[in-house]
Amino acid sequence: MSTATASPAAVSTRAPKQRRGTELALLVFAYGIALAAFAQVDLVLLDQLSTDFTTFAIVFGVGLAVAHVSLRWLAPYADPILLPTVSLLNGLGLAMIHRLDLADDLTPSDPDYVAQLGWFVLGIGLFFAVLFLVRDHRVLQRYTYTAMLVGLLLLVLPLLPFIGTEINGARIWIQLNLGGRSFSFQPAEIAKIVLIVFFAGYLVVKRDVLALARSRVMGIDLPRGRDLGPILVAWAASLGVLVFQRDLGTSLLFFGLFVAMLYIATERRSWIFIGGFLFTAGALVAYQLFDHVQLRVSIWLDPFADESGDGFQIAQSLYGFASGGVLGVGMGQGHPDFVPFAKTDFIMAAFGEELGLTGVMALLVLYAIIIERGMRTAVACRDAFGKLLAAGLSTAVGIQVFVVVGGVMKLIPLTGLTTPFLSYGGSSLIANWVLVALLLRVSDAARRPPDARREVAT
Amino acid sequence: MNATIRRTAVALGLLILALMINANVLAVIQNDELRARDGNRRQIIDEYDQQRGSILVGRKEVAKSVPTEERLRYLRVYSDGSAYAPATGYYSVYGATGIEKTENDLLAGSDDRLFVDRLTTLFSGQQQQGGTVVLSLDAEAQRAAFDGLDGQEGAVVALDPSTGAILALASSPSFDPNLLASHDPTVVSENYDKLRKDPGDPLLNRSIQQVYPPGSLFKVVVSAAALSSGDYTPNTEIPGPAALDLPDTSATISNFDNAPCLGGTVTLTEALALSCNTAFAQVGLDLGDDALRAQAEKFGFNQRLDIPLAVAPSVYPNDLNAPQTAQSAIGQYDVRATAMQMAMVGAGVANDGVVMKPYLVAEERAPNLSALSITKPEPLSRAVSSEVAGELSDMMVTVVSNGTGGSAAIPGVNVGGKTGTAQDGNRPPHVWFMAFAPAEDPQIAVAVIVENGGRLGDAATGGAVAGPIARQVMEAVLQ
Repeated sequence: MSTATASPAAVSTRAPKQRRGTELALLVFAYGIALAAFAQVDLVLLDQLSTDFTTFAIVFGVGLAVAHVSLRWLAPYADPILLPTVSLLNGLGLAMIHRLDLADDLTPSDPDYVAQLGWFVLGIGLFFAVLFLVRDHRVLQRYTYTAMLVGLLLLVLPLLPFIGTEINGARIWIQLNLGGRSFSFQPAEIAKIVLIVFFAGYLVVKRDVLALARSRVMGIDLPRGRDLGPILVAWAASLGVLVFQRDLGTSLLFFGLFVAMLYIATERRSWIFIGGFLFTAGALVAYQLFDHVQLRVSIWLDPFADESGDGFQIAQSLYGFASGGVLGVGMGQGHPDFVPFAKTDFIMAAFGEELGLTGVMALLVLYAIIIERGMRTAVACRDAFGKLLAAGLSTAVGIQVFVVVGGVMKLIPLTGLTTPFLSYGGSSLIANWVLVALLLRVSDAARRPPDARREVAT
Repeated sequence: MNATIRRTAVALGLLILALMINANVLAVIQNDELRARDGNRRQIIDEYDQQRGSILVGRKEVAKSVPTEERLRYLRVYSDGSAYAPATGYYSVYGATGIEKTENDLLAGSDDRLFVDRLTTLFSGQQQQGGTVVLSLDAEAQRAAFDGLDGQEGAVVALDPSTGAILALASSPSFDPNLLASHDPTVVSENYDKLRKDPGDPLLNRSIQQVYPPGSLFKVVVSAAALSSGDYTPNTEIPGPAALDLPDTSATISNFDNAPCLGGTVTLTEALALSCNTAFAQVGLDLGDDALRAQAEKFGFNQRLDIPLAVAPSVYPNDLNAPQTAQSAIGQYDVRATAMQMAMVGAGVANDGVVMKPYLVAEERAPNLSALSITKPEPLSRAVSSEVAGELSDMMVTVVSNGTGGSAAIPGVNVGGKTGTAQDGNRPPHVWFMAFAPAEDPQIAVAVIVENGGRLGDAATGGAVAGPIARQVMEAVLQ
């Protein structure tokens, strides 16, 4: 790994280095792995490199270069590990989607991979736009309540007539007709980021009030009654998502995220207990009231009870992991297409089969790296808003990965979320590129030496 | 806030760790169990990706895999499928039966003995192939057996008495395994449902999976017990009245034509030749159920057998009272036998008293056609002494030359045989024939069962319906 790049901060022994050279080396490494995976798919299934390979090599390469140059220009002190990590995930995801396209048909007429590559380009565009427009993350704090409104609006959007549609039992989509082509979009993915901005802005202001302990019951500090308001609102909103949109995953993600940020901001453990209590109560009530929740739980307890019916997805997913074994059968050489929704929710099962336990562990380590770098950014950040923002964004990645991969592996009941950067799905991919751009923006501020601040034009 | 951020990071780390542990459990601990589940289609799909080995009868490929342009690269094709289905079974996307199942490792190329072959193909980049199975079947005998049954519900089993090689294994009505070899799962399940609902039950392998009351065929076993006891010779005289009162009950056993056998007294040889029920019931009563059971078990009753297809155990029941013993001595009551078992009785008598272990696989070959194994004949048990076997053989020759078994006679050949007409409820009788030839140097032993009298119904006897089929099968081998 190269650290040879001369950086302006090198004169100071204490200040963090820019390490953009390290990032470039790691990016080339990530690009190479993704390219090799893509090439293997083509060579195994088509016996030659397809034109898709060439397009992928060029578009993916240029995209990463643009992202890298954006950082050199707009956020030179940003964390050097994050971009290569998410790039590797995105590249492997594209290779797997291409592989699954070919499983359906060796000459697919409308390959999902091409659409996903388009979303990648848009994601890189938004990555640049965020870095360019948001020169200082603290600006976002001004839009705290705007963010709340936008976030709630985005959540409600799929419930509206005409544009909202129900796909696979969850009403979490909006459908847009652009130039004769219809696009489905999951606004919750964008809402996730917008609401993190709101939570961070809100908690920075209210954290001292919320942290005030009133009474001590069984060693737990309980907040005043009226301070319970916000958590109750978040709880009600999550339940609303669950009831009206039948989206367990998003509901779980939002509530978990809010409780985690509340705990981080107030440093009061009581919020975790209160959150845990509300979650348990909500889950029990939901279980009693809704058939689809009961069904998810019974499938989770024994997916093989109705293997050809309700348990089919999970059973097929488990077969995928099992047949991959330790080393996997190799890209293009298994049957990941046997698993329904392999390109979206169940893409980890496809990796489990073709890259094996080794591949799954590597992917999980990549997610762990994103969380670790994000949390490190939060710790290093000098302002409270930035800390909360970075911690919230990292927590979102962590919870989302746990909820979806845990569901696919039958660790927890399946709830249905996309696997960040891997899954097919435009809203998810561009939202995650925005998420990473914000993390890198905070990271740039956190790692920039005080005397270098003036060097960067604002 | 740094402390709580760090703690949250640790908590998220623990979540990822839980996922990692779970991934290990799935891929390492549970993977064999998950892979073997019926719902997992991967294994069989992978098998279609390479050329599965052939199943041979002589030089004829009765099952082979041919390349296709479809996504599953090889299609299983059966020639003369219906005739050979009881042996080959079928190979479908939903699973396999018969030799296709029991020899699957070799046919699929995953057998441990093919390890070196797999390494070679891996490094040379060639397409891996499966090994070949050569069946012990005789094409002529199998053809004669299947044609002889001619759609009647029943089965034929022929053995080489001196080796145990299965020369014919026919079951009727049969099915064409090609119907289940399709790559289209919908076509396969439709065809399978059709076969399963067929009243003739074509998927049932009547030669080894179905047990029937053996009727008068069991008199050979009783004769063996009698001669072995030392109290009888073929010329010992036995009472053969029209009806025999059974002890402790009001029930009687009567002869087939409700008349006394000859003058009411017959020798053991004559009793067998005429299939005299009352005489054998009396012999059975004199010997006792333990002696009959012991003799039956020496021929293979009450035992599991794999050929390598699993053969349903034939039954001689435990703890019989006197009337039950008398009924059992004429192959009724709860005595049950497969066609395979009765062929083994005939083969044991023909082979100087030694029952050889029946086998269907004569040879296993690697993809390069070198032999991996050639089945060595092995004895299963000694049923009777050589001397008793000789006496039994002579008695059975008399059945054909001078008794009920005339329909199996082959000009110029000494044929030993026995007829059977077994009642099973109120339906027309199951009719049997068991035979071997030539008596001096037996080349073949055969057992034929036709359910419910076949085309003759109530008028059927073993001699009329089953005897001619047995003769045709023997002629096919002797010519």
